[in-house]
Amino acid sequence: MATPAAALSSPSPDSALLAAFTLWWREVVRFYRQRSRVVGVIASPLLFWVVIGSGFGSSFRSGDAPGQQHYLDYFYPGALIMIVLFTSIFTMMSVIEDRKEGFLLSVLVAPVPRSAIVLGKVLGGTTLSTIQGAIFLAFAPLLGIHFSAASLLLSLLTIFLVSFALTALGFAIAWPMDSSQAFHAIINLFLIPLWLLSGSLFPLNGASGWVRMLMQINPLTYGVEALRNLLYPASPQTFSLASSLATLLLFTLFMFGLAFVMANRRGSKPAA
Amino acid sequence: MEEHLSSTPAVSVQELVHHYGERAALNGVSFDVRPAEMFGLLGPNGSGKTTLFRILSTLMVPTGGKAVVLGHDAAKEPSALRRHIGVVFQAQSVDVKLTAEENLWHQGHLYGLRGAALKARIHEMLGHIGLADRAKDKVETFSGGMQRRLDVAKGLMHRPSVLLLDEPTTGLDPAARRDLWQYLNSLRQEEAVTVIVTTHLMEEAERCDRLAIMNQGELVALGTPLELKHEIGGDVITLETTNPETLAERIRSRFVVEAQPLGNQVRLEREQGHRFITDLVEAFPGEIQAISVSKPTLEDVFIHRTGHRFWTEESETKG
Repeated sequence: MATPAAALSSPSPDSALLAAFTLWWREVVRFYRQRSRVVGVIASPLLFWVVIGSGFGSSFRSGDAPGQQHYLDYFYPGALIMIVLFTSIFTMMSVIEDRKEGFLLSVLVAPVPRSAIVLGKVLGGTTLSTIQGAIFLAFAPLLGIHFSAASLLLSLLTIFLVSFALTALGFAIAWPMDSSQAFHAIINLFLIPLWLLSGSLFPLNGASGWVRMLMQINPLTYGVEALRNLLYPASPQTFSLASSLATLLLFTLFMFGLAFVMANRRGSKPAA
Repeated sequence: MEEHLSSTPAVSVQELVHHYGERAALNGVSFDVRPAEMFGLLGPNGSGKTTLFRILSTLMVPTGGKAVVLGHDAAKEPSALRRHIGVVFQAQSVDVKLTAEENLWHQGHLYGLRGAALKARIHEMLGHIGLADRAKDKVETFSGGMQRRLDVAKGLMHRPSVLLLDEPTTGLDPAARRDLWQYLNSLRQEEAVTVIVTTHLMEEAERCDRLAIMNQGELVALGTPLELKHEIGGDVITLETTNPETLAERIRSRFVVEAQPLGNQVRLEREQGHRFITDLVEAFPGEIQAISVSKPTLEDVFIHRTGHRFWTEESETKG
């Protein structure tokens, strides 16, 4: 018995990927089986855009060149990030639901490394919010934005990184929680400020000292900034595209690490 | 190899201690489970059986002592152990938005099964649990009993050597309960697994090969249901009376037999119970409102060992 057991007991990277794949697959299948969620993901950017677009109308107009003058143009990358932010974080409510049912427990007793559990679940949420971000991005031509294939791909990459980082953050917050109410409370406590101080609403350059500092340490700022660079290459840049993307990548890795550390705790307290 | 396996216990629990903060949930519990045995953990709520279950299933590290399953220490080698145990939790673990087949497909992937081998196994398991014709239906359309059977099938997908089940019949009606136990028995034979099942139901405990009865974090009895019931000499006599304390005292002094007041009853154990009740009724005319003689049950074993009822008022209100 010793030999096969020993061979089996060190899970190959292959089987870890299979586990991550199957968790990702479940997240996506569950999503499209719940029609109201599908409608929400497709309709909310649409609705958001129609309301904001018509609401702003020609207010705040200040010039003619694209990108800077029309406030709606300014607001577009921030709105995209906001949609990604909410979808990413809220998909991880499924962690709390899985825990309430026995589903999560059955995954925890499987011979699956915790990193594969985090990767599968987080990629599931990331897929959904990236799709939503891409739908919103499809409205860009309506604003008169036309991008090259390269900047389209980089925009999608940015959306993916922001989605992944925020989904991982949602995972780390949801993991120790046992009620979705508590989750909502925490989310409201720091997601709204995170978004407000990301350069989505007002530019970093015009902000006063301490707000500006907060904005500079807010990783979301770099997501908004990267998108703005890609969508409006002619407008003045606060950070170069490369440094924004690099910061974003670091943020993503950090968040994945955080989610992993949370999921890896195994102690003497009940796991259910 | 087979002989070697059958001589070593499948599961060995050694002086297991667990505390939740100040409260002790397990107080030095030890027992062995033999390979291919249907082993029951019987106890009221709060007896520590769920804590024990969590430790065996590698979800929790005990405060003291150890649990060795198939030669692996559950606290030290969780990943080696997880491959060889199947776990069915009290809470439902199937995903109701997926079909029966998809649930097993997902579960198989978690254990590294794939391709044709996985397909064949899914087909086989669905056949075992009688759900082959519902393979493509979403689980939310299933009855509670069917969902539960699928939970058990999930736990067995990777052919574990030990299957752990925590109160598997919770929320099922009596017919579905009986069904599930029949499936458990047939699965155990087909899959040749050691089964450890926790329960608070006497009629379920009766179906096990051997039982560990737990109370307040301690093991109070261990043996086959028959052995345990045999340790009670003869029959159990229950008297209903208005003043159980004094009646018990008077029975003790007059008949030299252990009589136990319990609520508004007096309970005693005696051989040839049907003869003895005539003596009792004649000795205390007018004081006995009702009297019954019965063969000992597992509940009697519990009362015999702990001095109180299985369901105390406290544990009943706790649910």
